[in-house]
Amino acid sequence: MTFLFYIFAALALIGGIGVVVNRNPVSAAFAMIVSFLGLAALFIQLDAYLVGVLQILVYAGAIMVLFIFIIMLLDVQAEERRKLPLFSALGAGGVAVAFAALLLVILTRSEVGTASIPALEAIEGPGTSDVHRIGELLFSQYWFPIQVVGILLLVATIGVVVLSKKELK
Amino acid sequence: METAITLNHFLFVSGLLFAIGLAGVLVRRNLIIIFMCLELMLAAANLTLVAFSRFNLQDGQPDYEGHVLLFFIITVAAAEVAVGLAIIVALFRSKGTTDVTKVDTMKH
Repeated sequence: MTFLFYIFAALALIGGIGVVVNRNPVSAAFAMIVSFLGLAALFIQLDAYLVGVLQILVYAGAIMVLFIFIIMLLDVQAEERRKLPLFSALGAGGVAVAFAALLLVILTRSEVGTASIPALEAIEGPGTSDVHRIGELLFSQYWFPIQVVGILLLVATIGVVVLSKKELK
Repeated sequence: METAITLNHFLFVSGLLFAIGLAGVLVRRNLIIIFMCLELMLAAANLTLVAFSRFNLQDGQPDYEGHVLLFFIITVAAAEVAVGLAIIVALFRSKGTTDVTKVDTMKH
């Protein structure tokens, strides 16, 4: 399964780079979908089936459709070719490269993350799937946060309606 | 024999994806693309959560509390995208552009 990890990690990273370098917003959005699909495959490799499916449904499905809808609604043109201000380009690239280098140094020196994936205990029967476990946690231990999230979604819906009105009074 | 996949592999992919998103936020000028790069950073952080939950076994199973946290993050991200895009549309309506260099009224 090692090569699958590299394939999907490469997919996620190449998609991410595609988002940053594509001049055309629609191409960038599609690169983002590729990145999210790779990420979802990594989730599934980590035995997080529900989360992987949610990633595809919510991120690659709903959120990216919303993005593409807005891009087409506003008729955003591709950014014209321009000279990048040297200072800001160097700064941005430098910050990102420094972040990645720091991460590499920390990860190669730490002892914590050198274990390979531990095997799961095989269990059978009803109520053992991850969907069941997560649902059980959500509606017992996390009953209050899920109410709060429900209210948050309601507030977001109302907020979007108010923001989209032609004239604010 | 290839080396086995370790926690570090996942953390590094996640960190690289986060760095790519960060570079995108800093380099790009289009507000929608910047917003997409923000989502990319959020999704990269999700990978860290899932990896830690998988490597921290509870009774031989992944730590499902991490998955619950991820569920909440995805929900909040969806709400954030809806509101953010509405703000971008409102901005486009008043300024006629989504270029952040042209939205600089507060600078003058």
